Amino acid sequence: MATNNELNLEVMQSIVARYPRKRSAIMPLLHYVQSVFGYVTNDGIEIIAKLIEIEAAEVTAVSTFYTQYKQSPTGEYHIGVCTNTLCAIMGGDQILEALKEHLGLENDGVTPDGKVSIEHIECNAACDYAPVVMANWEFFDNQTVASAKALVDGVRAGNPPAPTRGPNRLVTYKEASAVLAGLDDGLAREGVQAGAPTLLGLTLAKEGK
Amino acid sequence: MSKLTPVLSAFWDQKDSFTIEGYMRNGGYQAAPKALAMDPDALIQLVKDSGLRGRGGAGFPTGMKWGFIPQGDNKDHYLVVNADESEPGTCKDMPLLLANPHVLIEGVIIAAYAIRAKHAFIYIRGEVTHVVRRLNAAIADAYKAGYLGKNVFGTGHEIDLVLHIGAGAYICGEETALLDSLEGFRGQPRLRPPFPAIAGLYARPTVVNNVESIASVPAIIANGAEWYQSMGTEKSKGATLYSLSGHVNNPGQFEAPLGITLREILELAGGIRSGHKLKFWTPGGSSTPIFTDEHLDVPLDYEGVSAAGSMLGTKALQIFDETTCVVRAVLRWTEFYKHESCGKCTPCREGTWWLVQILRDLENGKGTEADLAKLLDLCDNIMGRSFCALGDGATSPITSSIKYFRDEYIAHLTLGACPFDHSKSTLFAEAK
Repeated sequence: MATNNELNLEVMQSIVARYPRKRSAIMPLLHYVQSVFGYVTNDGIEIIAKLIEIEAAEVTAVSTFYTQYKQSPTGEYHIGVCTNTLCAIMGGDQILEALKEHLGLENDGVTPDGKVSIEHIECNAACDYAPVVMANWEFFDNQTVASAKALVDGVRAGNPPAPTRGPNRLVTYKEASAVLAGLDDGLAREGVQAGAPTLLGLTLAKEGK
Repeated sequence: MSKLTPVLSAFWDQKDSFTIEGYMRNGGYQAAPKALAMDPDALIQLVKDSGLRGRGGAGFPTGMKWGFIPQGDNKDHYLVVNADESEPGTCKDMPLLLANPHVLIEGVIIAAYAIRAKHAFIYIRGEVTHVVRRLNAAIADAYKAGYLGKNVFGTGHEIDLVLHIGAGAYICGEETALLDSLEGFRGQPRLRPPFPAIAGLYARPTVVNNVESIASVPAIIANGAEWYQSMGTEKSKGATLYSLSGHVNNPGQFEAPLGITLREILELAGGIRSGHKLKFWTPGGSSTPIFTDEHLDVPLDYEGVSAAGSMLGTKALQIFDETTCVVRAVLRWTEFYKHESCGKCTPCREGTWWLVQILRDLENGKGTEADLAKLLDLCDNIMGRSFCALGDGATSPITSSIKYFRDEYIAHLTLGACPFDHSKSTLFAEAK
């Protein structure tokens, strides 16, 4: 994936071409800008505006509405701890507090080496795997304080663990953003098709229960 | 005989269930050619006859929604699949797409043909990188096989499918906000009428359906409306995914006929966390009024849950045991609604902000009993007064928790603090 700090206009035009109307491409284009810079830059906004022929202020208005578009650089590995009710009660609150202390960060903070950023997130549709932590929006299921610390320690040591339900290696924030821009990274076939909770009902049905 | 009826989930235990080969080995892509050989109106009638209702929360009959699309109007029609699964507790569509994206694509082909749409979109939430990979790879494989594109299954019909990836906004699960977002705007709901069936995406006739609704269509075409009708209850037909989470021994997905009860599901799941007992639960996500242990035998279908004072919603069964502080739980949900309110309508934008202020005080044991009346009054002024149901949803946990657990709110005030030890609710409390 081309992430050499330069926007590729051909790629951007191919994203615009997916849609019947140009403006619909704003969101994947913003993900694409993040895949190059790690956040939404002013240059990125200007180029999107030109490409789809609207004002830069309109692109900014869209960009600031959605929490996944970051206004300042994220870490190379962006950690989200679910603290919506169910995960929070099952241990998400304790995990978030422990990670903030462990990293010396506040919510939305980034470590000085630029490796890790952290935020509390809302429900990520994996409640049967609670408490859930997301790293670059990959699933880390059934977390504990210890496993979450091991995750960030692995990241800082350059040896991040693989997601529970995801590819065989944890991609970087920029690489994940390219996937969210709709670009293929060739990793779709890696990883499990389902975790045990997903299969629980099917397994019981097969046992005749 | 098992109480469970795996249809959507039937092949999820095969390692390659998400690939086109895996899907076809299990009979995939045989319903679409059958449907494409039918008259589109007959297809809509078949889905109406099946009794399939929207699985995204509202339960509106799917075939009827398709039937609302005006025909012969010489306008482009659009099909949009809502895969923005974000309702707290809801966790069925993401595992479905991770395990079998092709069943959704086959459903899209059938539905698009039925409503005479050449363009379809799947709007998926942006916080699920691997689900996005799987779905995009599946779409590419379906194009390669000739199941999508200019000449679908060699029939001369054209269906293009684009995956649109969101960026973290709960409100975009609301269908008109989703359409604004897909058009490249901030995701804010539209005033209805006109409904999307008349003026949806790009002001053209549009059907917006949930992932599970569309993914249910291929099996209905393959096995017939009568087969689908044979499952479920009188007005809630078919099988559906129930997602069990929280303080239970074995959380997970349970595909069962509509009308199963929580008691039955809990028996299958090995019950409430050992040594604990059920305190409260949501039948269909945080926007549906909570239930207690009085409601274990409520039939979990659209009518049964509604008659008991809640909503079936997304069938997200979040279970909380007696270690859980209901005020803390409700406060956290309320903070979520405040954060996710798009800001368009005053009652929701301002109301959720005030709800949080009052609840935060109550959780900390500050305030008076009059604050409960104030909360209920605020809820009354939010309910039904905004363009969409986000604000309505915000009131559900508050009004229902005050109804069932008023004493617990008062106990916070009497003690001047939260009477619960939150560490006891964690999954790792007992392992320590």
